[in-house]
Amino acid sequence: MTANPNSHSANSRGAISIRNVSKVYDPGGVNVRAVDDCSLEIAGGEVCMIVGPSGCGKTTLLNAIAGFHSISEGQIDLDGEMLCGPSKPLADQGADRVVVFQNGALFPWKTLAENVAYGPVVQGVLGKNEAREKAIHMLDEAGLSGVADKYPGEVSSGMARRAEIVRALINDPKVLLLDEPYRAMDALTKSIMHESLLEVYDRTKVTIFFITHDLEEAIFLGDRVIVMTTRPAKTKKIVDVKISRPRDYRLLSSEEFRVLVEETKEAVHEEAVKAFEAGERELA
Amino acid sequence: MVDKKAKTPALVRLFRDQTFRRGVIAILAFVVLWEIGSQFKSWFGVMVPFIGKIAPPTAVAVSWMEVGQWPGYWQSWYLSTGRVFLGFTVAMIIGIPFGLAMAVNKYFRGMFFPPFEILRPIPPLAWVPASIIFWPTTELSIMFVTFLGAFYTIVINVLGGARSIDIQYLRAAQSMGATQWDLFRKIILPGTLPSIFIGAAVGMGITWEVVLAGEMISGGGQQGGGGLGFFIWSSYMGGVMDQVVVGMISIGLAGYISSSLIRYIGHLSMPWRRMF
Repeated sequence: MTANPNSHSANSRGAISIRNVSKVYDPGGVNVRAVDDCSLEIAGGEVCMIVGPSGCGKTTLLNAIAGFHSISEGQIDLDGEMLCGPSKPLADQGADRVVVFQNGALFPWKTLAENVAYGPVVQGVLGKNEAREKAIHMLDEAGLSGVADKYPGEVSSGMARRAEIVRALINDPKVLLLDEPYRAMDALTKSIMHESLLEVYDRTKVTIFFITHDLEEAIFLGDRVIVMTTRPAKTKKIVDVKISRPRDYRLLSSEEFRVLVEETKEAVHEEAVKAFEAGERELA
Repeated sequence: MVDKKAKTPALVRLFRDQTFRRGVIAILAFVVLWEIGSQFKSWFGVMVPFIGKIAPPTAVAVSWMEVGQWPGYWQSWYLSTGRVFLGFTVAMIIGIPFGLAMAVNKYFRGMFFPPFEILRPIPPLAWVPASIIFWPTTELSIMFVTFLGAFYTIVINVLGGARSIDIQYLRAAQSMGATQWDLFRKIILPGTLPSIFIGAAVGMGITWEVVLAGEMISGGGQQGGGGLGFFIWSSYMGGVMDQVVVGMISIGLAGYISSSLIRYIGHLSMPWRRMF
């Protein structure tokens, strides 16, 4: 597979190279192959959307990149340096690859500003006060100026999720790893989230590895959409989204957009049916 | 608007508070029922075996006025409170680190959880004889029993609380570069704080339950009054039922005040939970 040809997202940092990666779980002696010989080249600064049926091993791949789970075979590189491979199945966790989780993981006992300042403080990059100043500045930029001193439980889920992305970005990561971050949101909030993420992306050009079930979301945000097969996960189809940036919601009603969604839907549907017929329990 | 509210005296605001009024009314209703119950041997022709034998609240109140003038009664408050707080404090000091250590280290847990679970079901009361033999002074053996009452509850709450912290918080922190020490101090500790306070509030109640047992059995003190537990016991031995009830209510109040204090400290130290 070749790197994304879209030149507008070219970036020197944050290139991920996934080569022949397999992951075998072994719960109680029964081998379950979650990912099978999966290869994928993600260019620096690309927005790479991963879609596929439930439990197909998408999250396994993300966990391997983040260093939460080991891989069984293959190798994953970040900017030419090995994260995990045959000699080192589990990648080190690091602030160059920050994860934004499905259910949100802002620390409830810290205010939004304290949450955002957390990374630089624990890494010892900035002092407490400097980190706070920077955090407040970045929250301002994300349109969260009024709520910096509120606790996550006091703000809406949309605000919390936006703050969580700010918390990731303050570490100046090479890659943002997003695991269905907008899953439980209503359509309206979701579309606001999308525009704010795109705004962040246009500003930072950070590589984004984004797992989702929502095909419109995938096409709207992504440079490429990777459709995965049902378990064990492989890349089934890669949809190039050659729609120029910046994008806004008007795109959603364009012919070009609809065609791409249909094209993706067909591929995903095929796999979803297979997954359903296999009747396997969700593993992811 | 806000200014006006701030100027209202605290006591007036308290009485305007619905929850507070409900509590007062509930207690008053209980006292009235108790009074009626103890005045009549039967209710609508049905014998009420229990209430009729207890001193009525009016008699208890009279007795309380009298008892309130004895220095020994207040000395008992002082002694029991001291025992409870000492035992409780030691239980917190040992129990919180012990529970956290079991939560974060599987080797430590593997070693200490089984013996802990064997000791836990043994009621503190059952420790009284052994405790009297083991500890050099009566005071220490009472405090030991008190300590046990709070210890198990605190440990089990801390352990459960720390183990149930969402793994996503730990992962998020690690992916932002947190060291093990950061994880412990900034994620596990604040994440366990609510359970620590729940354990403390429950444990505090239990210490009041067991301090009495300890006092009853170890038999009084040197100078006037051997604690509220002994006060009840000696009143019973002297056949003064009004005083027994005075002692019972005193303990109830002491327990309520102590637990409220802990809840209040919890409220202060967990600002993120105030909106609930």
